[in-house]
Amino acid sequence: MSTAAETTATPAPRAAGPKVALFATCFNDTMWPETLKATVRLLERLGCEVEFPMEQTCCGQMQTNTGYGKDAAPLVRRFVDVFDGYDAVVAPSGSCVGSVREQHATIAREVGDDALLDRVEETAPRTYELSEFLVDMLGVTDVGAYFPHRVTYHPTCHSLRMLHVGDKPLSLLRAVKGIDLVELPGAEECCGFGGTFAMKNADVSIAMGADKARQITSTDAEVVVMSDNSCLAHVGGLLSRHRSGVRRLHLAEILASTEEEQL
Amino acid sequence: MGMPAFPEAAEEALGKTQQRHNLHHATHTIRAKRAGVVGELDDWQALRTAGADAKDEALAHLADYLEQLEENLTANGATVHWARDAEEANRIVTALVKAKETDEVVKVKSMTTQEIELNEALREAGIDAWETDLAELIVQLGGDLPSHILVPAIHRNRSEIREIFLREMGQVGRAAPEDLTDDPARLAEAARLHLREKFLRAKVGISGANFAIADTGSLVVVESEGNGRMCLTLPETLISVVGIEKVLPSWDDLAPMLQLLPRSSTGERMNPYTSTWTGTHDGDGPQEVHVVLLDNGRTHVLGDSIGRQALRCIRCSACLNVCPVYERTGGHAYGSVYPGPIGAVLNPQLRGTASEVDKSLPYASTLCGACYEVCPVKINIPELLVKLRGAVADQERPSAESAAMAAAGWVLSDPRRLGAAQKAANSVGRLLGDRTIRTVPGMGAWTSARDVPTPPTESFRQWWARERGTQ
Amino acid sequence: MSSAKQEILDRIRGATADITTEAKGVPAPTGTASPGATPPEGIGPETTPPGTAPEAAILDRFAEAVADYEARVLRVHESNLPDTIAQVLRDVDCRSVIVPDGIDAEWTGSLGTAPEVVRDTPSLAAADLDRVDAVLTASAVGIAATGTIVLDHRADQGRRALTLVPDTHVCVVRTDQVVADVPDAVSRLRPDPRDARPLTWISGPSATSDIELERVEGVHGPRTLVVLLVSA
Repeated sequence: MSTAAETTATPAPRAAGPKVALFATCFNDTMWPETLKATVRLLERLGCEVEFPMEQTCCGQMQTNTGYGKDAAPLVRRFVDVFDGYDAVVAPSGSCVGSVREQHATIAREVGDDALLDRVEETAPRTYELSEFLVDMLGVTDVGAYFPHRVTYHPTCHSLRMLHVGDKPLSLLRAVKGIDLVELPGAEECCGFGGTFAMKNADVSIAMGADKARQITSTDAEVVVMSDNSCLAHVGGLLSRHRSGVRRLHLAEILASTEEEQL
Repeated sequence: MGMPAFPEAAEEALGKTQQRHNLHHATHTIRAKRAGVVGELDDWQALRTAGADAKDEALAHLADYLEQLEENLTANGATVHWARDAEEANRIVTALVKAKETDEVVKVKSMTTQEIELNEALREAGIDAWETDLAELIVQLGGDLPSHILVPAIHRNRSEIREIFLREMGQVGRAAPEDLTDDPARLAEAARLHLREKFLRAKVGISGANFAIADTGSLVVVESEGNGRMCLTLPETLISVVGIEKVLPSWDDLAPMLQLLPRSSTGERMNPYTSTWTGTHDGDGPQEVHVVLLDNGRTHVLGDSIGRQALRCIRCSACLNVCPVYERTGGHAYGSVYPGPIGAVLNPQLRGTASEVDKSLPYASTLCGACYEVCPVKINIPELLVKLRGAVADQERPSAESAAMAAAGWVLSDPRRLGAAQKAANSVGRLLGDRTIRTVPGMGAWTSARDVPTPPTESFRQWWARERGTQ
Repeated sequence: MSSAKQEILDRIRGATADITTEAKGVPAPTGTASPGATPPEGIGPETTPPGTAPEAAILDRFAEAVADYEARVLRVHESNLPDTIAQVLRDVDCRSVIVPDGIDAEWTGSLGTAPEVVRDTPSLAAADLDRVDAVLTASAVGIAATGTIVLDHRADQGRRALTLVPDTHVCVVRTDQVVADVPDAVSRLRPDPRDARPLTWISGPSATSDIELERVEGVHGPRTLVVLLVSA
């Protein structure tokens, strides 16, 4: 698989500020606008020129992973139309970026659209998960954030094993002023969300999520942070049902938090 | 049909406390051991590539390599049989055993013979097939089904095994000692004594093969306990049932494979025993050697250019041991001798997606990707799962799900429709304010254990339009 | 040609009709080994020629790796080999030891009257073999990276059953038989088309982890393995 460093030209100098398209993802757009606002604040603080192309909708991940990949072709076409011509497309979602980078080409092949495939191969490598963009393209780990709380981080599967973001999110969190970052036991194990898995295999999904929630509470963290709101909603929903008192936040929200503008 | 769909079987499995405990302990232990020995090799990724390449080469030219294998086996004194399906393979094996005028055989642990239900076929012909791998013995004596590729009795604990041995061994041979304890060493000793009399008198041994080498005609069996060596060496006649995908082009392909398999499987640098034989050997071992080459759906898998990568599988079970779903459900929920992630892609390809269990298997995964990461022959299991979901979805159309997907697609294909849908969600959010959603009609599965996020009163795109004024 | 064979081959050719590459290793004429596919760099063997003792680090690694399997490893000079063999057999209270005919006669020179030396000519029945306590053999190859010994069952190792049924196996490995890793071993052990030998790869004593993943040494094969690494 391609990495950011291999596939993109040298990053635009910070002073000039790269022109970044925010890919909101339909789920965040609808359910988690605060994550997106935080992403915008953060990127602009770091000198990026952020645009939100209003014609964007969805990457098609849900359809693809449920077995309706061919039905997702119009969404892929829309994606390459909307995000054509930007230096970078950034989304605060490992799984949606994973879908763009790993599945869009497959969908184009499946519907036999070679022109679409060419355009996917042009757009997909320029699409970044937030932590990848910050570390690889902007070259920063200290984003000037302030967050004086006890935090544990769960690396979501698609960030970890599809995008191979490695410890980029952790290196960003370690640089946050005031943070008490505690290691999550069994961190690399899936939380059990899995999109439609949570509906089709609810019992196993909940069993996995319950184990993850137990690991999180074992750290005595006040806040659990992830880079995917879908997984965060799943585990957060379990933590909330059990009145655990653990707050859930997206990575973007912690990185956006400053001494002047605290969360 | 028979087997229930995965979610129902899984629900039952989740309630088995002892099994959950055993599975957690076993999978986490092997996982850690594997990671340790894989970490010792700095060329692991190159080895994986070499392993995948060797299998791909064999599969790409399978007919040629099988003919070469047959030629070399025959030249070295073996007899080769071909079986289109399970029934034909069972018929061939049964006839061979009957010709030896015996009513029993000793067996090396073999996934392939389980797949074709050879023991049951032999039983019908009045022949006892004794499983000799310790775990297989536990499963057989317990009237049970295997639940893991490598450690089939993973769902049993020591006291259950003691009970099974005390109750059953005497029915079929040398009884377990009356003072048998649940100490694993004592249990293994009881198995040693019980099976030894069978090994020493058996006229026919039956095995599978981990690898069949085309350019030399050699078969390879990888094992731990020595029961394999007993079956491969002591009887006068040896019958090996080998899936056609077990072929490797060249002897040299063993170089990556004998590094990949033990490290991925048991987490050892090398398994205790590996046997290779090339037809018959004068004065050493069985003087009558048969090899049954089995299709049984494999050519169907081979016909799919993406799906065929599943035939690379070397049955190491590394994917089971890292799978968070398998860890919680165990193997029985997969309704096949091939459980776990590889089973979830292999069974629907071998058997088709008609049955309830086979059409549910592609969904028995969160697509977390842990299986792909550890697979020694780089089978992209998540990719195959998604592809198989497509096959199931197509077959089930029109369905409530396909209608829902079409509706979602219609909303998502246009930002204005998405915006309208968001406004509907916003009104729910405004209605609820800060209250937590604890149940949603029609979303019982979700809300049975989780609180649902309350929709915001304004979507991001509304905020952006309002704040930044672009529309 | 059976109809099953024809049908399966036809199915395969149909299923792989999309593949246009040439097979790398077929067809080889009967009885001759084809070179097969070349393994990628770093995977292939880098064999020291047979007959040359490898460097000390490789021998050390071999001894360590064998010992990791709970096998007993002793490093001995060939002049001390007969005494060491006698001592090792006494250590395990061995009353009888079977010795393949092709073994160096000197190896059993220090045994005296006990244990009793049993020969396999004519071949013993399996049940008689079961009454022998130990077996003494030479070997074909030792693998340092994995602590494996490989038998190719020539006259100094005996047929396969000899090293399987008795409960103790004393195995002599010469330093010049030790190779660095698995690819080296695979390359040395390629079956000779005129005399394809069976192989037994042994890595520690027989073992199982089938009961709650607790390792138990010795199920069906020898429960005690002693490896004597002999230098000239």
